[in-house]
Amino acid sequence: MSFRFDLRRLAALVRKEGAQILRDPSTFLIAFVLPMILLFLFGYAVSLDSTCTRVGLVIQDGSAPALRLAQAYRSSRYFQVTEARSVAEVRDKLIDGELRALIVIPQDFGQGVKRGKVPPIQIVTDGSQPNTANFAAAYGEGVRATWAAAEGLERDPGAREAPVTISARYWYNPELKSKFFLVPGSIANVMTMVGTLLTALVVAREWERGTMEAMMATPISMAEFIASKVIPYFFLAQASMTLCAVIGIWIFGVPFRGSIFALYAISSAFLMPALGLGLFISAATKNQFVASQVALLSAFLPTFLLSGFIFEIGSMPWPIQALTYIVPARYLIPSLETVFLAGDQWGLILPNIGIMLVFGMVFFTLSFRVTRRSLD
Amino acid sequence: MTEPLARTADLVKCFGDNRALDGVAMAIAPGRITGLVGPDGAGKTSLIRILAGLMAPSSGTVEMLGGKPGERLDDLGYMPQRFGLYEDLSVIENLRLYAEVRGLPRDAQQASFDRLLAFTDLARFQDRLAGKLSGGMKQKLGLACALVKTPRVLLLDEPGVGVDPISRRELWSMVGDLTGQGIGVLWSTAYLDEAEKCDTVYLLNEGQLLFDGPPAELTGRVKDRVIRVTGFKERRRAFLTQALDRDDVIDGTIQGRSVRLLLRDGRPVPDAGAFAAGPGTEVHAAAPRFEDGFIERLGGGPKGTSALAERYRTIPETDVDAIEANGLTKVFGEFTAARDMNFRIPRGQIFGLLGPNGAGKSTTFKMLCGLLSPTSGTGAVAGRSLRHSRADARAQLGYMAQKFSLYGDLSVRQNLDFFAGAYDLPRDKARRAIAAMIEIFELQDKLDVNAGTLPLGFKQRLALACAVMHEPPVLFLDEPTSGVDPVTRREFWMHINGLVEKGVTVLVTTHFMDEAEYCDRATLIYRAEQIATGTPDELKAEAARRTGAEDPTMEDAFIALIEAFDRKREEKEAA
Repeated sequence: MSFRFDLRRLAALVRKEGAQILRDPSTFLIAFVLPMILLFLFGYAVSLDSTCTRVGLVIQDGSAPALRLAQAYRSSRYFQVTEARSVAEVRDKLIDGELRALIVIPQDFGQGVKRGKVPPIQIVTDGSQPNTANFAAAYGEGVRATWAAAEGLERDPGAREAPVTISARYWYNPELKSKFFLVPGSIANVMTMVGTLLTALVVAREWERGTMEAMMATPISMAEFIASKVIPYFFLAQASMTLCAVIGIWIFGVPFRGSIFALYAISSAFLMPALGLGLFISAATKNQFVASQVALLSAFLPTFLLSGFIFEIGSMPWPIQALTYIVPARYLIPSLETVFLAGDQWGLILPNIGIMLVFGMVFFTLSFRVTRRSLD
Repeated sequence: MTEPLARTADLVKCFGDNRALDGVAMAIAPGRITGLVGPDGAGKTSLIRILAGLMAPSSGTVEMLGGKPGERLDDLGYMPQRFGLYEDLSVIENLRLYAEVRGLPRDAQQASFDRLLAFTDLARFQDRLAGKLSGGMKQKLGLACALVKTPRVLLLDEPGVGVDPISRRELWSMVGDLTGQGIGVLWSTAYLDEAEKCDTVYLLNEGQLLFDGPPAELTGRVKDRVIRVTGFKERRRAFLTQALDRDDVIDGTIQGRSVRLLLRDGRPVPDAGAFAAGPGTEVHAAAPRFEDGFIERLGGGPKGTSALAERYRTIPETDVDAIEANGLTKVFGEFTAARDMNFRIPRGQIFGLLGPNGAGKSTTFKMLCGLLSPTSGTGAVAGRSLRHSRADARAQLGYMAQKFSLYGDLSVRQNLDFFAGAYDLPRDKARRAIAAMIEIFELQDKLDVNAGTLPLGFKQRLALACAVMHEPPVLFLDEPTSGVDPVTRREFWMHINGLVEKGVTVLVTTHFMDEAEYCDRATLIYRAEQIATGTPDELKAEAARRTGAEDPTMEDAFIALIEAFDRKREEKEAA
């Protein structure tokens, strides 16, 4: 392994790489079209918010409190209500999936209220879609609790006034819009794709096409070769990151409360492990097909599943939580979310940048060790 | 002799248990073409990679330009088998890249590019992407990239493989010019006729040096032992079989209407009467070739009688032509890959489709075996139309693809079982056929070996076994012996000749001219057209008439016919 470095050779190699990037439509697809698809998919199609769930409202009681509660459901912006007098009327709609839940106000509801209690209601949900079912149950219960508080009903009949009222306020994302989280998450995925997958593919391609063999028989050093791959793909990944950020801010209205400097500092730090892993994979596999499989498994899926992008790390079982610590994107996503939603919180960002750089050094060291100037 | 530029001693390279190189000592002298000759898998590429510093030897010493390999890369030109070109860069961009990484001063670059573009005749194409060049042009560009900064040693790994004979000849003369500048060239090749043109040759087989020295020295050993027999009354294949079974003959090949024989050392030249082949029989002395020397070194070729043919069924006589092509044409978009192919092959003949890569041989071939639908025209195999009863037609043929389409991850036995099943042989018939194949091709020891790891010669045998297990009346062979050693090649043609005598019809595509000699008739395909059709002797006579050359080889004929075609085309375009 030689560390000779010649800027002229490096410049020639970088120019070559640049020309290849510009001429290869698949590079353009992965770097610019795919991120857009991903972003629009997360921005519009995939939503973790419960905005409007279709439910059946079965009002079995004609008393005034029951009607007031029914009105509370009707006016909730989380529900679109189909009313009925009996469960039998709407049961089939639940089975067909037309309704996601049934909220039943039972016959003796008015009686219970008269006795000063909060009478139980029944919420039946469609468990085949657990996410929606949970939302429907939780929001249904929430509407009832809000109504009960407004009516001045208490669980404990002894105390008429609640000593503490909890009013939830969500900072940084007051509307709890999931796309505010999904945009930074998409950026992580896009950078993984360009940094790891694309880099792994282009180096493996040199092995497959025999150009690596020809290059190794020229005076270039492996350090120059690696640098000639890292530099163009670093800038390419930053370009697609920028594209995502701009679309996120302008089209999806994601706030950007931090500084551009912090954004690029964070993404640059993340690209070190991403590019390092890509180089390592390609040097170890030397085959485009295997490289793409390994890159998907070792970089893309962990970024997707284990980074806290979609699934919250805190609610994972502990062995999986432990595993997330070796996923570089785990340190990227909170940093990006901070920069977008909170601002430059260097106290949080710097340690994450530090950890990502350490990962980067590990991967680069590994790829230097396996990329030997040899066909053995 | 001057000090060599590179040398090795006792060089060994192992891959697992396999010794790719086994005690090789060689040297590259300045101003000469050193040939590294041998069949595929002989160890040529490993040796070149070690010299280029891309692989470390397992033991032994290597010296390159006075140091270790890989130290003086500035002075080394290396062209790997796939030329090492970036296909999405243009011709000039490839040259510029190699000039920069080799550290050629900027002010010297333009002069170097001009010289090389003129030298390779690529100036007109300098803005074309390398991926869009023809095979011959890629090869020249690969050479130009290796020469962009004039090296002291030039290593060429099979530069002629898969390229048409004209490009091959041009490349040879280009490299010949380089030696005038004192460059030491190592030219590796599986074509034995190329060996004869080298100044000195290292002949490798299975990792071992069989011979080193000037090629004339090897051919000198078989001097006066090569004869050409003409005028015999039997069919040429029957005559060859008979001659090969003689005790004093160690090798023989068909050359048009004559048969060329190599005699055992120390045996007198038999007179014409000894062959008992009629009063017209004549025996002429023939010039020895490098291949004769190689065969002699390997202990001679196989005997004449094919065990495969002996147990093969006799294909019944019929008036229907075994293979018919009537105006077969294939158009892909705006590109015509094959235009108006017409030929008829009667039962029991070998017919050759000759031509450079990309000329349209494979397209024609694939239309006839029902893998491509013709755009227009019709074809038939054993009387079954390709348009109306394609599956039925396909059941009548055995197919052996280029590079042997075996399942590399299956063992030899599994491959045999699979192909027996694929051709729908009844169970007991399959069992008997497989047992026979194992015996005929001596596969007993290899049954549990994965086909992918077999030595090339065995792969070849297994591929033939899989293609003929169901005893088809028609065989399709796609470049069947490319890269294999001459003894394996002889063995292969011994079987094919035997089968043809039993009435099997063979269609073969090839760009190897010695394979063309085995054909009863051949058609030369060039730029998607049939430019000449006839017996090998007729094609050679035609070339002799055009060029005035005496006794041209098939390769000479090939080149002469193509050049005549190109001239006519240019005249037509000019008019």
